[in-house]
Amino acid sequence: MNIIVCIKQVPATNDVKINKDTNTLVRDEAQSVINPFDTYAVEEGVRLKEATGGKITVISMGIPKVADILKECIAVGADDGILLSDRAFAGADTLATSAALAAGINKIGDYDIIICGKQAIDGDTGQVGPELAERLGIPHITCVRKIEEIKEDYIRAQRMTDFGYEVIECSLPAVITVVKEINEPRLPSIKGMMKAKKAVIPVWTADDVGADKDKIGLRGSPTKVIKTFTPEININTEIIDGAPEEQAHKLVEKLLQLQIKVPV
Amino acid sequence: MDYFLTEEQQMIKELAARIADEKVAPVARELDEKEEFPYEIMKILAESDLFGVYIPEEYGGLGGGITEQCLVIEELSRACAGVAVSYAASGLGCTPILLFGTEEQKQKYVPDIAAGKKLAAFALTEANAGSDVSGIQTMAVKDGDYYILNGTKQWITNGGEADVYVVLAVTNRSKGSRGFSAFIVEKDTPGLSFGKKEKKLGIRASATREVIFTDCRIPKENILGKEGMGFIVAMKNFDRTRPGIGAQAVGIAQGALDYAASYAHQRYQFGQPISSFQAIQHMLADMATQTEAARALVYATARMIDAGAKDFSKESSMAKVFASDVAMKVTTDAVQILGGYGYMRDYPVEKMMRDAKITQIYEGTNQIQRNIIALELIKQYASKK
Ligand SMILES: Cc1cc2nc3c(=O)[nH]c(=O)nc-3n(C[C@H](O)[C@H](O)[C@@H](O)COP(=O)(O)OP(=O)(O)OC[C@H]3O[C@@H](n4cnc5c(N)ncnc54)[C@H](O)[C@@H]3O)c2cc1C
Ligand SMILES: Cc1cc2nc3c(=O)[nH]c(=O)nc-3n(C[C@H](O)[C@H](O)[C@H](O)COP(=O)(O)OP(=O)(O)OC[C@H]3O[C@@H](n4cnc5c(N)ncnc54)[C@H](O)[C@@H]3O)c2cc1C
Repeated sequence: MNIIVCIKQVPATNDVKINKDTNTLVRDEAQSVINPFDTYAVEEGVRLKEATGGKITVISMGIPKVADILKECIAVGADDGILLSDRAFAGADTLATSAALAAGINKIGDYDIIICGKQAIDGDTGQVGPELAERLGIPHITCVRKIEEIKEDYIRAQRMTDFGYEVIECSLPAVITVVKEINEPRLPSIKGMMKAKKAVIPVWTADDVGADKDKIGLRGSPTKVIKTFTPEININTEIIDGAPEEQAHKLVEKLLQLQIKVPV
Repeated sequence: MDYFLTEEQQMIKELAARIADEKVAPVARELDEKEEFPYEIMKILAESDLFGVYIPEEYGGLGGGITEQCLVIEELSRACAGVAVSYAASGLGCTPILLFGTEEQKQKYVPDIAAGKKLAAFALTEANAGSDVSGIQTMAVKDGDYYILNGTKQWITNGGEADVYVVLAVTNRSKGSRGFSAFIVEKDTPGLSFGKKEKKLGIRASATREVIFTDCRIPKENILGKEGMGFIVAMKNFDRTRPGIGAQAVGIAQGALDYAASYAHQRYQFGQPISSFQAIQHMLADMATQTEAARALVYATARMIDAGAKDFSKESSMAKVFASDVAMKVTTDAVQILGGYGYMRDYPVEKMMRDAKITQIYEGTNQIQRNIIALELIKQYASKK
């Protein structure tokens, strides 16, 4: 079974530093990680490969640094990584992202299943998977929490809903997007890490994948982000130091000073 | 301190550290309380290839040596020494096969041990043979194409959990320790059984059991080396595995230091963090210095062995004795720094102190290590005259 896994790089949310003067994100220091949902996608791919044989290709559209994250996927069992990177891809909304990914996937060719995460934790739309399926003209199942059965040209899976789950079957090839309940991602192996270190990640440009320039990047994006801003919140924070008891005393004093009613 | 590890060693250390922090530390307390063997963690270590770090590539390993093995043991021990010894004891059982096994024996047993599909164990100690190995009574009597084993080994780490046992038995009583031989015994051999799991002070996640032989027939090709080589097998094995116990001790000490140092910073008494008291500062400084010195000695010894040195009993004993005494001291001081909290099971340092004690006892007590070191010194200086 040939498996393609789509992964996105997202900022590590617990590691974001803010420039104190400008109140903006310190970009070069912000660590990037694989979108957490995509780790389940990679793990499911590895498990499918272990069960059925075949090959796993991991693909991402992003900046050159994303090659490192593709290598991490090789360390946990993927065979190859491919990076779609080109100025022409930049500024993509979900529709343009799916166009770029579809072009890349068509170039890889020969696939039985494509696995995506349920959603990216930054963009958060959950649209890329289904859009990708539409563009490739194949069925999709979103929010998969378990693959019940998979054969050469058939898949039956449990789709998680707010109230339980649905059992959905469709033909292969298909796109599935996965939720975290589906598995527990493994840690890398030393052999995998060594393979990853040696791996060369090919970088494909828009021309390499024959993408239609009107459908990708900013030009291909019907959605435009006009302005991003942080809502203004006026909170003065004061850190009280000292031993816990001392802190508690000072805190109560302050609250009394501010005439905030303390329920007794 | 920078030990200039190779890129591969760095990779092994980081992965072992990640497993220790993410998979071992969260369950260490529970494994200790329940005296539960860490099956789940053994599986993770297997999938990560870490059981094979010291095993040559032709037998399915990663081709490293004792240094790599020590790095894994050290990192795991930071989180739980009981988990670490279950990993390390498999090496204690596998090393004699690597050192003395025939090509066939190696091909048959080592790849599964390297892959972590099978655990190994080394069974030497008996009720009347602890420090004095020459006291063993387990007999192996030749009977055609078989040896028949009878006797009881005690306190065998991984007993009952391991699939492959390297066992020392007497083949010729009249020859004393030159009449011992080592055998490979598979777990499912009829006549092999296991006693109850011992209740211990520390390393409670590890399994320590009696290994009992009752007319246990094993094929004669399962002998390691030749008849009469058993004592040599045991001594050469320990020479190579004692640095691993040193590494276990270094890991325990590091875990205790890490916890105590961050605690000292957070605990306030007399209106200030206790880390502002010079008494505490000096204790922490000594703990850090001793731990680093122990690590340096363990790594230096491991590297000396990996580089192909011929004679290293003395260095190997020094690494074990020094590091284990450091672990005992550092963990005791860590409990002291935490005060009453350190004495409570809600905090991890009392376990570390209990765990540290074993490193002064097994694979030869520290008294025996000092005997070995002294004997080598005497030999060395006597020959100079
Ligand atoms: C804060 C923010 C707001 C945004 N708002 C909008 C908006 O309102 N409308 C809009 O159309 N776009 C928006 N975008 C842009 C858009 O979300 C991303 O550019 C698009 O690449 C992916 O959409 P997503 O992050 O929602 O992914 P999702 O659709 O949530 O991702 C689902 C899965 O698709 C796959 N995937 C997603 N992106 C990639 C990739 N680059 N490479 C490989 N696989 C991938 C992964 O498997 C992922 O788990 C926004 C982006 C950000 C950061
Ligand atoms: C948890 C645990 C796990 C173990 N795992 C294994 C295993 O996997 N395989 C295995 O074969 N064994 C194992 N052992 C056994 C271990 O190696 C022995 O306990 C150890 O060698 C000491 O032997 P002993 O306990 O009989 O002590 P003894 O030999 O009875 O020693 C008692 C005391 O006398 C001292 N002493 C003895 N002789 C001398 C001397 N000549 N000079 C100075 N002092 C001396 C000792 O240092 C010690 O302080 C394990 C033991 C424990 C507790």
